[in-house]
Amino acid sequence: MSTPYTKLPGWADYGLIPIINLIVAFIVAGLVVLLVGENPLHAAAVLVDGAFGSGQNIAYTLFYATNFIFTGLAVAVAFHCGLFNIGGEGQAYIGGLGVALVCLALDGFMPWWLIFPLAILGSAALGALWALIPAYLQAKRGSHIVITTIMFNFIAASVMVYLLVDVLKPAGSMAPQTRDFLPSAQLPKMGWLLEMFGLSVRSAPLNISFLLALVMAFLVWVLIWRTKLGYEIRTMGFSPKAARYAGISETRIIIITMMISGALAGMMALNPIMGDQHRVQLDFVTGAGFVGIAVALMGRSHPAGIVPAAILFGVLYQGGAELAFEMPAISRDMIVIIQGLVILFAGALEHMFRPAIQTLFASISPRSVGVTAAKGEGV
Amino acid sequence: MDVLVQLIDATIRVSVPLLLACLAGLYSERAGIFDIGLEGKMLAGAFAGASAAAVTGSAWVGLGAAILTAVCFALVHGFASITHRGNQIVSGVAINFIAAGSTIILGQAWFKQGGRTPSLSGGGRFEAITLPGAEAVKDVPILGTIYSDILSGHSLLVYVAFLMVPFTWWVLFRTRFGLRLRAVGENPAAVDTAGISVAWLRYRAVICTGILTGIAGAYLSVAQNAGFVKDMTAGKGFIALAALIFAKWKPVPAMFACLLFGFLEAASIRFQGMAWPMIGKVPVQLMQALPYILTVILLAGFIGKAIPPRAGGVPYVKER
Repeated sequence: MSTPYTKLPGWADYGLIPIINLIVAFIVAGLVVLLVGENPLHAAAVLVDGAFGSGQNIAYTLFYATNFIFTGLAVAVAFHCGLFNIGGEGQAYIGGLGVALVCLALDGFMPWWLIFPLAILGSAALGALWALIPAYLQAKRGSHIVITTIMFNFIAASVMVYLLVDVLKPAGSMAPQTRDFLPSAQLPKMGWLLEMFGLSVRSAPLNISFLLALVMAFLVWVLIWRTKLGYEIRTMGFSPKAARYAGISETRIIIITMMISGALAGMMALNPIMGDQHRVQLDFVTGAGFVGIAVALMGRSHPAGIVPAAILFGVLYQGGAELAFEMPAISRDMIVIIQGLVILFAGALEHMFRPAIQTLFASISPRSVGVTAAKGEGV
Repeated sequence: MDVLVQLIDATIRVSVPLLLACLAGLYSERAGIFDIGLEGKMLAGAFAGASAAAVTGSAWVGLGAAILTAVCFALVHGFASITHRGNQIVSGVAINFIAAGSTIILGQAWFKQGGRTPSLSGGGRFEAITLPGAEAVKDVPILGTIYSDILSGHSLLVYVAFLMVPFTWWVLFRTRFGLRLRAVGENPAAVDTAGISVAWLRYRAVICTGILTGIAGAYLSVAQNAGFVKDMTAGKGFIALAALIFAKWKPVPAMFACLLFGFLEAASIRFQGMAWPMIGKVPVQLMQALPYILTVILLAGFIGKAIPPRAGGVPYVKER
């Protein structure tokens, strides 16, 4: 283990190792299924069928994937700067407040295509604001961003419960939620996309925020790899010392990165609120902020990896719901286990199989591993 | 007067899981292993404890199962962050999710009560202990009340938790193991140079963490409540983490921080919806969020500065 991080060919680094990690995570998940007395292969078949079996199922899969693209991008942007934003959950929750304020104020007299951009701004602004305080404290006062963002998740939950129970709830209603938005604040469904392929979608909530998510994935790619700011963010993440030496302001980069991250997490609120429920309910985020961590780790913080990873989690969410009908012993909480295993194997244990694979590559063709070139390069 | 006694009594009861988890985190973090998986380990311990106690009818078997399970989870964390030098935060997050999901899935599969375990009674629970002489001194003003109503009448694990405070202090500051444990969290290279295995020392630290989170979990499901309900830790692991930072990684301040946060929780339940003179009605959510807000303010450096162990979160690489 003297040179643990020697170079592997690119396809092994970005393709083979993540896939092996993922497979191990799913094998362990399969063991859990076995433990509760069901057949993991049959469970997997039901799950895939539940996610892709009909037009409606596909639409649901993509609907869930939309949430995870937003939160996955949020975590990934922060990762590039060497920051771990665990606060996606809280930022998305508060982002929902931004959506609510815009929609409740304007849904009487504006069409959806005017409200939508304002709601995007509202959700992004509040999400960014909720990330600003931890970012400021990290940059200026050196408090650890992981701890502060965790604390802000809890504070966000308290704030939203207070607002929904005591402020936003319409008079005379018992349920802690806002009033229903008028149709002009509801996003158009995107069923037509699937119906073009001859699939029946019925009432699935897939809506145009899916397109917004894809646009954001592209913009994140542009930001990180094609702009000066992105270069500075990556430099800061790779080596804060080098960044400081190059005259990059640490405070500025940390705050800007976290605000972008928070804004992306905040935008996630558009999908369930304007696209599906048409009102703000308690706990509408349902853990999507945390799924973003698994998605970002699996997608290696690259939009081209995050979108498929988000769709995979969409498959697990939608397929898991169907699975719960078929096998009552396996509820949707199975996803939480899989999510944890993916985070464990693709994140914390990502280098577990690397030495073995390196040995394998070295024995097949020593040059491909670049043993001589990598001397002294290990960080 | 009665209200005050009840409030203090409730404070002690809700502080105990915080205190155990907080001390658990203390061992790990002092050894340089950040642990945000306290919540998950506590939850797994609570589930294992309640399940074992329900099946065997013995609270002691439950306690053992809780400790064993939590130690296993702690070893996974150790395996990822010590042996494979993975990111400790990521590993902790993973453990929280695995625990949250598997307790529900297994609970439903084994007991078919919607994620609950069967209700415990009799020997399946740690019952309240009446301290000797508590009945006799009950009528003595003040001192008698303190002894019989506040100190007496808790379950065994409550006393264990509070005894762990001086014990932890003694281990950390008066034993060779403690000295080395603190050293490995500050400067692992120096410990390594002295010929002591950094990895083994850190593994022992995470095992201590596992044992204490296991006891914390068992307290929740086998002593304080009569069985496991899903997500019963409800963020206590994170409040414990907050208390640990609040106490600046020291055992005795940790106890006071946990009592403070426990008091806030007890008070928010006791005074829910009550109107205060001058301030009016305080939203219950504000009281619930107060531990987190206080921790953020502390972290911001406005109430003294919390400096974590220097090598915390950094995997130790011997050489390249």
